[in-house]
Parts: sequence; C-alpha cells; structure tokens
Amino acid sequence: MQQDQLIIELQSGNEKAFERIYQLYSVSTYGIIYSIIRDEKVSEEVLQDVFLKIWNNAPTYDTNKGRFFTWILNIARNASIDKIRSKDFKNKQLNLKSDNFVDILEAKSNSSGKIDAIGLQKYIDLLEPMCKKLIDLLFFKGFTQKETAEELDIPLGTVKTKNRVCIDKLRSNVL
Amino acid sequence: MDINKYIESGILELYVYGALSESESSEVSRTLKEYPEVRVEVEEIEKALLTLSSAAAPYDPEFLLQSLKEKLSRRHKVIDLPKKGTNWAAYIGWAASILFLIGLFTLFNENSELRESVQALQAEKIQMETDIAEARNNAQKTQELLFVLRDKNILEVPLQGQSIAPDAYATAYWDKEKNITYIDAKDLPSPPRGMVYQVWSLKMDPLTPSSIGLLDKFESDVNKIFRLENINISEGFGITLEPEGGSTTPTMEQLYALGTVSS
Repeated sequence: MQQDQLIIELQSGNEKAFERIYQLYSVSTYGIIYSIIRDEKVSEEVLQDVFLKIWNNAPTYDTNKGRFFTWILNIARNASIDKIRSKDFKNKQLNLKSDNFVDILEAKSNSSGKIDAIGLQKYIDLLEPMCKKLIDLLFFKGFTQKETAEELDIPLGTVKTKNRVCIDKLRSNVL
Repeated sequence: MDINKYIESGILELYVYGALSESESSEVSRTLKEYPEVRVEVEEIEKALLTLSSAAAPYDPEFLLQSLKEKLSRRHKVIDLPKKGTNWAAYIGWAASILFLIGLFTLFNENSELRESVQALQAEKIQMETDIAEARNNAQKTQELLFVLRDKNILEVPLQGQSIAPDAYATAYWDKEKNITYIDAKDLPSPPRGMVYQVWSLKMDPLTPSSIGLLDKFESDVNKIFRLENINISEGFGITLEPEGGSTTPTMEQLYALGTVSS
C-alpha cells in the first residue's frame, strides 16, 4: 500500500514523506485542534507542536495497534486538551461560547467570504441532534464508548450502533 | 466470522475514533489485514471523518509547513552531524575508554595480588621472627649447658631405666655450689596425658625422697634439659611419673630412672 510506504519513509526520517503527511492531515488536524481550542493563533501553535511530535515520534507508531490517522488524532486531541488546561491559556480568558464542531461549521457557512463554506451546511442539516453529540464526543473530544454513554445517558450498546448510523449518513453525503 | 455483521456492529467507527481499548484495537487491526472488505470500510470511515474535521478548520494551514520544516531540519542536522563527522572520534573514544577500563581492571588485579603477597610476606616475617627468638633461646640454653658440662664442679649422675621402662635413661648434672641440678631427659618416653615426670633427691639410709621439681612442658621442650633448684645433700636421684601437679611422695611403681651419686 502507498500509505504504508509513506509511513515507513516518515519513520526513517524522510522529509519529503513528512511534507506529504502534512498535506494529507494538516487541515483535518487543525480542524480537530480548533474545535477544542477555538482560537486560531493558539491552534496554529498547537498544530505545529503536533506535527513536530509526529516527526519525532513516528518510529513509535505501530501499525498493529491502530490507524495512522487515529494515532495523529490522539496526539492532536491530547495536545489541545493539555493546552486549554494550561495556565497561560486560562489567563487569556478566551471566549468559549461555541459548544461543538457544529457551531463552527455553522459559523463558517454563515460567513459568505470563506470558500469552503459551500456544502458545509449539508453536513449539519443531515445530522440529527443525537448524531451531532455522538460525533462531537467520540471523534472531536476523544471520549471512550463508556464515557459517551454516561455523558449522553444512553445504553453502552446504543453508542456503537447509533454512531454507526450517523457515520453512514455522513458518508453518503461526503463520498 | 460474519464480516457484514462485524462491519455493521459499528466497531470500526470506534476503532478509527480511537475509542477502543488497546487489545480491542489490535484485534480490529488483525481483522483488517485479513479481510479486504473491512479495510475498505475503515478507509471510507476515515475519509469521511477526515473531511468532516477538515471542514472544522478555519483555513488551510499550509503556510505553516515552511517554518515547521525549518524546525525539523535544524533538529535533523544536529542528529546528522555526529553520524558523518565524529564517527572516528566516537570509535576512538570508545576504544580509549575500553582500554582505560581494561587498564584499570589490570591495575586493580595487580594491586590486590601485591596486597596479598605483602600479607603473606608479613605472616612469613612474623613466623621467622618467632623462629629466630626460639633459636636464640635455644642457643642461650645450649651455651648454658655447655658451661655446665665444662664446669669442673659439676657432678654427673647417670640415671638408669627401671623395670617399668628398661630403655629409659636420664642424666643429672648437679652443681653443688649453686644448688642447681640439670636433668637431661632426652631418653625418657613422653609422659601420657595428665601425667608429669617428678624428680626426687634421695637420701639412702634410710631412703628419704624429697621433691626437687617437675619436668614441666616436657613435650614442647626441644632440648629436654631441665633446670631445677636442689638445696639437698643428695645421695641419689630418681624420676617418677606422677599425676599433673606432682605428688608429695613418689609413686614407686612408676619409677622410670634411678641413679646414685658416686662418692
């Protein structure tokens, strides 16, 4: 697989491979970080830290443990959560009025000047409220299945099956 | 395994989220390698999530790549330089430190060997000093004996072995002026444990024994020549075997040697 080869090259310290990885994952990772931090500049800093970690820790990534995307996702979520818990971030007293990724998407589609606002609305429209909550907790916030069930007060099994339905809907529109 | 059921269960979505435990994740990774349809499903889920999260980004952070790469290359050079430039130095360093360690170890070994031999020599020296002191002591005794033998005032009294030990033999050298009697007991058998030879001065008519002393430390005395005070006007000498500490009167059954002073 091409993806596997790319990861092997990244692990051996190939800068070209790093560039390719950045192109593939930086926007998504920035989205994850921003959805937690809600500050563009701070999110940029964290994004850079995350990619430096990806570069430095690449040799520790084990394909048998999970997806490379998931590995990056974990680094990004952990770095973002560390950041918002840090003292200097709290001191900035950033305005966190938005609740989840849905608000970001809505805010973006409302500002007509942004190019990629086109089509965002459809993600939002198709997702029912429970789906929005599930995806926010499981994907953007990195909750476990159990934590999600407790947070939303639904049975553990429901988290898995309901989330499957939500992602299916998303896929039918995205792909 | 019913692959469709597996896919429909929703476990693959949780897998991509990173919401599964480590062991569950490893299991999905295995299944994914085994079943291409699972792999395709996972890749599609991943793609959808990649698109969704990308939509949450305020803008494409492409412009950050350049400064990020500079940070990488700095780090990279630091790692690279020692690889190319200082390999020899590193090898020499390692070789030097190994040699140093070997040297240290050798010195340590040598040192402890030397210390051991010093200790052995010291023990030997003490032994030799003891030997010398003993030899000096012996020499002194021998010289004293020589004086005794050469002295014209000394009376030599041979003491013959008696029925209990016919082969026994002893000699008394009596210095009347100094009231000293030397007993040469070289040919007496070693006394058994807990027993000791006792020397008696004898008056003949009637037979009256008076103790003049014990042949103490018989076993350890090399010359077997004993110096005893004798103030008696002796007419003979006898040696009996007595219990340790000696007796007030001789045990006649244990008479080993007997001799009379010839007048």
